[in-house]
Amino acid sequence: MPTLFDKIWDAHVVDRLADGTAILYIDRHLVHEVTSPQAFEGLRMSGRRVRRPDATLAVVDHNVPTSDRSLPMEPGDSLTQIETLERNVAEFGVPYFPLRSARQGIVHIIGPEQGVSLPGMTIVCGDSHTSTHGALGALAFGIGTSEVEHVLATQTLLQKPAKNMLVRVEGTLAPGITAKDVMLAIIGTIGTAGGTGHVIEFAGSAIRGLDMAGRMTICNMSIEAGARAGLVAPDDTTFEYVRGRPFAPSGEAFDRAVEYWRTLFSDPDARYDRVVELRAEDIAPLVTWGTSPEDVLPITATVPDPADAPEESRRAQVQRMLDYMGLVPGQRLDELPVDVVFIGSCTNGRIEDMRAAARIVAGRQVAPGVRAMVVPGSGMVKQQAEREGLDKVFLDAGFEWREAGCSMCLGMNPDKLKPGQRCASTSNRNFEGRQGPGGRTHLLSPAMAAAAAVTGHLTDVRSFN
Amino acid sequence: MDAFTSLTGIAAPLPEANIDTDKIIPARFLKTIKRSGLGVNAFDAMRYNEDGTEKPDFVLNREPYRRAQILVTYENFGCGSSREHAPWALLDFGIRCVIAPSFADIFHNNCFKNGILPVQLPREVCERLMEDARLGANGRLTVDLERQVVVRPDGQEIPFEVDALRRRLLLEGLDDIGQTLQHGEAIERFEQGRVAERPWMPAISLA
Ligand code: SF4
Repeated sequence: MPTLFDKIWDAHVVDRLADGTAILYIDRHLVHEVTSPQAFEGLRMSGRRVRRPDATLAVVDHNVPTSDRSLPMEPGDSLTQIETLERNVAEFGVPYFPLRSARQGIVHIIGPEQGVSLPGMTIVCGDSHTSTHGALGALAFGIGTSEVEHVLATQTLLQKPAKNMLVRVEGTLAPGITAKDVMLAIIGTIGTAGGTGHVIEFAGSAIRGLDMAGRMTICNMSIEAGARAGLVAPDDTTFEYVRGRPFAPSGEAFDRAVEYWRTLFSDPDARYDRVVELRAEDIAPLVTWGTSPEDVLPITATVPDPADAPEESRRAQVQRMLDYMGLVPGQRLDELPVDVVFIGSCTNGRIEDMRAAARIVAGRQVAPGVRAMVVPGSGMVKQQAEREGLDKVFLDAGFEWREAGCSMCLGMNPDKLKPGQRCASTSNRNFEGRQGPGGRTHLLSPAMAAAAAVTGHLTDVRSFN
Repeated sequence: MDAFTSLTGIAAPLPEANIDTDKIIPARFLKTIKRSGLGVNAFDAMRYNEDGTEKPDFVLNREPYRRAQILVTYENFGCGSSREHAPWALLDFGIRCVIAPSFADIFHNNCFKNGILPVQLPREVCERLMEDARLGANGRLTVDLERQVVVRPDGQEIPFEVDALRRRLLLEGLDDIGQTLQHGEAIERFEQGRVAERPWMPAISLA
């Protein structure tokens, strides 16, 4: 009767401390430039080494510019962090994808893409969206800098087990509805604290029906639902995705791996601390209107009226959000003009997302006055898109076609919103100032973002089909 | 992490309550890539003028307190954010022990993780120790973790309480990592078992 989480957990407990804390073995540790400098410094100060460089992979993504990489980076804090990572990986012998490598990209895109992240593994990174890798049926979660050092030094973490939560989505998604809409619907249902203390397993026919990119979009935003991690049981879709990836097992080793991976599912009588069910048919294209990912409505809805909120504290909160977002109650969401469209991030920066956006854009033009950008999640995604001619589709329409990185998902690199700008964004957080001070973010799917780019306002993508 | 057994040193008097983590290390210094090197900005706003010159009155700018290893202060020391930069800054300055009537939770935890001993003693005791600290080099305190006493310059011993597990970790100089490494054999056994059970588990190598 164990759940999938229980099985992966049990397979990684090295030892238990007197108070029940587990020493959990970590199979994969992904490292990036922002949260690792003090961890490496700590190793150096205490004369420790990286225990398993062969289980560690480093990349730069948060700080990097996504403009022409043949030019040198501007001096400053960002460059210092990047150079520091480069010194650290050289000193400690950690495998590293440098800025100008085709394999560089957002850490949560390249892990699965390279076959570094595999089913049944424990995977950590000093970044909350590590939950993405749970789509492969791996236990993957974000950690702080002290824990980064702990994993570098010991290849383990001190952990207490999480609670189990099941989110089941049964049925068939209507045309135009994507994994992003499913996840926004889930977050809208359970709220941003709904998953606190839990690992969420996503199941049901609608989840099974998703490709790996869609499952990654869902698990990626588990953290926006407050969960420690997200999980999807591995199946043939997973195994076919993994097959042939550079760091995945091959040949006979692959077959043996699949044999093991097939044991990774929740037993039929597994017990969950909480179960939530959604019908796929009920899900419409969704868009956020506020400054928290749970403030989400169908594109056909209107901006909510604070007066309709049940209690005073919520009324004040809604009003604050509307003020920040520059909205008035009753405005139609599908008429809101946008200044910027951002397609990318570890939520929606995969080749499938590029294709979905390109299908809408093909033969159309970016609306006048709109800045529209596509930022592939990795150099490999970019190359693949260019092989398929997607770059031309975007460029011909007036989009920017940029280099891989976190880009406008967060205001930590040169791609930022200006105060007051309204952005249709495929990323994961619409917090105040997340995409730049004063910026206004509406989260939505890549197809919906593309539709907004060509019409100049938020748009129901179903009118394009 | 350095072990903490017994420490005899100069104690700096900081007779203020509610010294928060922003005072200990302001947010703008968190962009650093280091844990070390923060000592120069410890208590930045209390310590420096706007033009960067030292405020001559601030205790840590005066001799012999520039070499202080112990801080005597008042209630709720370290309140505010969870930033580990706060104990990092103290440690980098040279502080290994803080004596106060009470501490903020997270800061208290973070101290142990970084080899700093927070000693909690009643206000009136702290006031007496404050007087000792004001004697400068003539008022050295000894903080003996093994015997769990603070020894005043006149030889009087003041006992203090400390969590048994944390005491052990500090005495042995073990941080979380050190503690986990004590299970090194179990980790190795686990790794060997994994090679046997899951031989397909690939290594990451760019060679
Ligand atoms: S794309 Fe955004 S959410 Fe993902 S790792 Fe980068 S900054 Fe974080």
